[in-house]
Amino acid sequence: MDDLDRRLINRLQLGLPLVRHPWQVLARELDSSSSELLQRLHEMLCEGILTRFGPMFDIERLGGAFTLAALAVPEERFEQVAEQLHALPEVAHNYRREHAWNMWFVLACSTQQAIAETLDYIETLTGLPLLNLPKEETYHVGLYFPA
Amino acid sequence: MSVCISRPEDTLAQRLVELTQAGLPLVDDPWAWLAEQLHLSVESTLDLLKRLQAEGAIRRIAAVPNHYRLGYRHNGMTVWDVRDADMPRLGALIGAQPFVSHCYRRPRQPDWRYNLFAMVHGRSSDEINSYREHLRYLLGDACVADEMLVSSRILKKTGLRLP
Repeated sequence: MDDLDRRLINRLQLGLPLVRHPWQVLARELDSSSSELLQRLHEMLCEGILTRFGPMFDIERLGGAFTLAALAVPEERFEQVAEQLHALPEVAHNYRREHAWNMWFVLACSTQQAIAETLDYIETLTGLPLLNLPKEETYHVGLYFPA
Repeated sequence: MSVCISRPEDTLAQRLVELTQAGLPLVDDPWAWLAEQLHLSVESTLDLLKRLQAEGAIRRIAAVPNHYRLGYRHNGMTVWDVRDADMPRLGALIGAQPFVSHCYRRPRQPDWRYNLFAMVHGRSSDEINSYREHLRYLLGDACVADEMLVSSRILKKTGLRLP
């Protein structure tokens, strides 16, 4: 990664301008050319430095229901429960965190009803009490990682 | 419960999600590509994007870095027990800190006292600890307890998809 890659990553995290010729605007800003920028973007996506380039939807506004939930999984059952959750398509993310509540996951379903049913199903499947923490207010969403 | 009102723009928005969920093509004129797929003029396509962005349905058209690859290997979910009356002001303040990527109010539960969540990322554990200290300072007396839950393993990560 060179200086232009870094500047491109930082600039593209802020968003492509919604103008008729966005790459030409960016090329001028970064003192490069649109073909050079597109080539570098392509390479960084292939190499996995970038995971995605495109519209970032607030998917909740477009339909669907979501929640953050946690389980306190006994250490000896941790791998088994992780596999059980991994197999469920409703589980979008799952992280181990160092806490008594040691498994934290996000559910994505089409309806609130489906969220409630999936939570019940997970409780039955694992036999573990579940912490359900749906968001009540969003104060900020916006990842920015300076390269 | 969600109410289904089918406006033509909603259908277009759905179509846009389907077309670009995996990403926007890396071409010189991405709006012309989208316009062709949506059977719209380039101008209408750009207007649609602007409207969706103004409404917040699209946050921005952006690159998402693999933050591990950029060296951000440490992340902490900081959780705070904040006096309810102070939440609107403090939630906004905490969310506005540049090192906070996500900030939400969530309900307290019988086994869970924390109502404010702020995710922080850093290149070392010292860095995320110092962020936590700074948030603690900002919250002051309005916060009576806090913890930081450090992630130690990604067990699944598919990204959110429209169901």
